[in-house]
Amino acid sequence: MMGPGLDTVLLGPLLVEFPFEATYVRSIISVSLYVSLIAVALSTLVSVPVAVLVGLSDFRGKGVLTSVINTGMGFPSVVVGLAVLFLVSNQGPLGALDLVFTKEAMVLSQFVLATPPVTAISLAAVTGVDRGVRDAAHALGGTRVDTALVVVKQARYGVATAVLAGFGRAISEVGSVLIVGGNIAGADGVSKTRTLTTAIQLEARQGRYGTAMVLGAVLVGLVLVVNAVVVRLGGRGVGG
Amino acid sequence: MEIQRREFLAAAGAGTLAGLAGCSGGSGSGDGGGDRPGVAGETLTLTTTTSTDDTGLLDELHPPFEGMYGVTVDAVAQGTGAALETARAGDSDVVMVHARSLEDEFMREGLGVNRRDLMFNDFVVVGPESDPAGIEGMSSATAAFAAIANASAPFVSRGDNSGTHTKELAIWAQSSAEPGGDWYRETGQGMGQVLNIASEQGGYTLSDRGTYLSQRGEVDLVILVQGPIEGGPDTLANPYGVMAVNPAVHDSVNYDLAMAYIGYLTSPQAQDVISNYEANGKQLFFPRALSEDPDFQQYVPEGWSSSEGR
Repeated sequence: MMGPGLDTVLLGPLLVEFPFEATYVRSIISVSLYVSLIAVALSTLVSVPVAVLVGLSDFRGKGVLTSVINTGMGFPSVVVGLAVLFLVSNQGPLGALDLVFTKEAMVLSQFVLATPPVTAISLAAVTGVDRGVRDAAHALGGTRVDTALVVVKQARYGVATAVLAGFGRAISEVGSVLIVGGNIAGADGVSKTRTLTTAIQLEARQGRYGTAMVLGAVLVGLVLVVNAVVVRLGGRGVGG
Repeated sequence: MEIQRREFLAAAGAGTLAGLAGCSGGSGSGDGGGDRPGVAGETLTLTTTTSTDDTGLLDELHPPFEGMYGVTVDAVAQGTGAALETARAGDSDVVMVHARSLEDEFMREGLGVNRRDLMFNDFVVVGPESDPAGIEGMSSATAAFAAIANASAPFVSRGDNSGTHTKELAIWAQSSAEPGGDWYRETGQGMGQVLNIASEQGGYTLSDRGTYLSQRGEVDLVILVQGPIEGGPDTLANPYGVMAVNPAVHDSVNYDLAMAYIGYLTSPQAQDVISNYEANGKQLFFPRALSEDPDFQQYVPEGWSSSEGR
């Protein structure tokens, strides 16, 4: 609170000084990224193969399965948080692992939340690949794996969108990370399980809407940067 | 083949060394020669209320304790009801809350042990300066609540099973009026948000003094009924207690560290931190753990009279 500085200029539209310690903000950003990126990476590893498998094969009940996956996109995050809390709580089946109020528990809940949108959007992208591409790959003597790789390459924009949607859901979500993570920051101002969203919630709870808005701007900026990076990588893929 | 055997020998040698080191280390600590207590490196999980964490008090209290024992305190701010519920599941080691009736229930269920009085502040009834129910300066919180109900003036309730909500319901139960109807609004929000809502709707609410003081500049609310710190009725007292989770019920809890923490909080050092802690130039909490006078009351449930036994 040293009077207007560079931060005030940068945050001019919000009309507030940057009200936090740099270490505090850095640590909550890194917790946010750690949890969301790992959760989305894990759910991508699971979702894309599932999407390809379902998208390229025909079986009874495919329509039902697709509906179930699509329904998963609407999972209320608070319910997922409660379910994961039940799992990791000392009384729950994973209680012995001592996961409650840790980043790992948060990764678990964000994984559950991110997987349905990543799977559903990837599935739509895979299904949208022209049938002729598959047939051509097959005709050229490709195995099922080769065909799948060709299809994924064709569907890469859709898959990238899926990953971004999953990331967006994970990083902007507040209900479940608050329940399973506990919004913990040390007395030294270093976050342990506090994310940008739970920090915003904390500020809002205390009626400090101005500082909450500053953190909100940081969060939006972060999502923007991640999106730009992914789009950039996608663009390079087209060139090469 | 030769190389593999050499590696195996090296591994075996390292294992023996590690084993020996383990033995000597064990005998060392057996002599009591370690300069750190056995809890070093461990983590204590504290569930507590939003008011202790939001005011910044815990950030002052914890560093000396963490340094003293070489441990980390994870403070989870949840509100009294949720804090006790988390402890009930064995997911926290120690609880610091402010609702004696809920604390007693927790103790009666056998889930808590060694409850100690820690500190207190008080509640105040706040409302718009125009004071449509005419409660300003009343010396009874129950009468003030009854007047608000009679005037059907807007009253914003926490509605979240927090310590403040528990106190509010206790006052309604003692008063002649029933909360309910259009004018009574349960929000399920934290204290800060409730103050904002009350301010915007021109309503009354019950607030802990600390949160009101820290937010006074942002809301159009004034104190209409004072708590005991400023000479108001004792019904508005807001005592905080601390309890360890019973290790006989949840063997996963860190009982030793929880007891060390309670010992620290009730020590002269921590009680000094509490009495010196200020926000906006005002003392927020008043230490209550230390007294030369015997205080039987803190060991028995609320409402039990120790004077009968004397």
